[in-house]
Amino acid sequence: MASTIVEARGVTKDFGSIQAVKGVDLSIAPGELFGLIGHNGAGKSTLFKMMLGLIPLTSGTIHLDGEPITGPRFRETRRKIGYLPENVVLYDNLTGLETLYFFADLKAVPRRECAGLLDKVGLAQAAGRRVREYSKGMRQRLGFAQALLGKPRLLFLDEPTTGLDPGAIRDFYRILRELKGEGVTMVLTSHILAEIQERVDRLAIMEGGQIRATGSVQALREAMNLPLTLEIAGGAGLREQVARALEGLAIEGIDEAGSVLHIRLARDAKMPALTRLATLGDTLRDLHVREPSLEDVFFGYRN
Amino acid sequence: MLSIDFRQIGIVAGKEFWDRIRNRWVLAVSIVFTVFALVIAYFGAAQQGAVGFRSIDVTIASLVSLVIYLIPLIALILGFDAIVGERERGSLDLLLTLPITRKELILGKYTGLAGALAFSTVAGFGAVGVILSPSLSLSALFHYAGFMLSAILLGFAFLSLAVMLSVFATDRTRASGLAIGTWFFFVLVFDLLILGALVVTAGEYGGAVFPYLLLLNPADVFRILNVFSLDEVRTLYGLATVFPEALSNPATLGGVMLAWIVGPLAVAIWRFER
Repeated sequence: MASTIVEARGVTKDFGSIQAVKGVDLSIAPGELFGLIGHNGAGKSTLFKMMLGLIPLTSGTIHLDGEPITGPRFRETRRKIGYLPENVVLYDNLTGLETLYFFADLKAVPRRECAGLLDKVGLAQAAGRRVREYSKGMRQRLGFAQALLGKPRLLFLDEPTTGLDPGAIRDFYRILRELKGEGVTMVLTSHILAEIQERVDRLAIMEGGQIRATGSVQALREAMNLPLTLEIAGGAGLREQVARALEGLAIEGIDEAGSVLHIRLARDAKMPALTRLATLGDTLRDLHVREPSLEDVFFGYRN
Repeated sequence: MLSIDFRQIGIVAGKEFWDRIRNRWVLAVSIVFTVFALVIAYFGAAQQGAVGFRSIDVTIASLVSLVIYLIPLIALILGFDAIVGERERGSLDLLLTLPITRKELILGKYTGLAGALAFSTVAGFGAVGVILSPSLSLSALFHYAGFMLSAILLGFAFLSLAVMLSVFATDRTRASGLAIGTWFFFVLVFDLLILGALVVTAGEYGGAVFPYLLLLNPADVFRILNVFSLDEVRTLYGLATVFPEALSNPATLGGVMLAWIVGPLAVAIWRFER
């Protein structure tokens, strides 16, 4: 098995005088759940489309499972991939099951797979209904079922939870976990950073057509050296006491929010701070150490 | 160069065709053709004070005028959003990530739509043929079948133009505008331009070339095909003396019509692959 399933080297895309993607190198290992994040116009959609073979590269190469997506073996390569677009627009006049039949036929996947997939995404009851009667969330789930046709080895998911309610989002990530367990590689983009920060193995932050950073969320946090936050529940009245206990440590700020005391401190000050706070004994009711969120990391890299 | 998988073309064509059957497009167009054709067959000579079916030649001559307006319009409406519609809805990207080439997709779309158009034409005009058949000789039926075949080819040619426009257009609004413009140009304006040029030059300059210029319009090719297949109609139009012999050869005209079908489609494929 190849050590990478997605391999991009020196990928550039020019639209006239605008360079949308600038010399991107990216490697994704088999079985990884990989996130691609960036603000609008950062180049992630363009990179995504180039990986899928939808738009040609100005320069560089992209290989999926060792093959160029537009090469002579493109049919075999495309049968290994599944794609869920951001705004799933399927065919209103077809039923859910007929929609899957159409895509299954084009992928040369047996039609008998379709009913099971509709069941997997929670659309078994709506299989015979026309897509025009589907809600946005149901269309998204049908699009997801379509992406899963043929048991793809590589899934591209563009803003996959758009339009899904919280229950459906939970189900969606449950299916992703199952797929990951089966060794499926997934590349997803999302604007909802809180949603993906605990779910992706690694991610790339794109900015201005370039990849600014790649790694696990924790690795990116550590590389940024963003401050941690200690949260002391019911600590609003203890501000002076806590400040005295932490004197001399690299504390960036102490704020109160409601009844909670927030202490921002340098990463390497965490253990000494916890040791000193322990001396306050029962005065402290509860304490949490909060890592910077993916949003903090993202804005840290952008700034 | 990537090979063509005819199975993929068939899948896309099948979907397009059955879409038109299910949404009753085929039924509606067939009824339109049947009703218009019947009205023309029975009331076409009403201005001359006669009502009822007269002869197949006169009926076909009247139907030619109808078809020249109707079929290009229907074909352009059918095909103008074939590609741009998918692109605008966002489903084109999804289709193009599947194991299908752009050429197969466009050929599949065209084949399915052409099938729906041909089916409507045969059903609509065929129904009239069946109704009229007791009054028709075998030769007349042959002419009528020829008329239906040429009407199908005319539809294919304009469908080909519509698909080409659909590839070039950036959105559906522009595509519909281009489709309407194409209809106006070929159906209403083109002949007027040629006629105007003839009148202005009093036939002195390049007069011999003008009849051949008609080949630049598939609607005129259709008209000539039908006019020259029928003696009575030829006389009726008074064209027998002014047209060069070469233009009366159905094989040549059929070849030109074929070029009108293949040409725009080839351009559409070329553009879509870039």
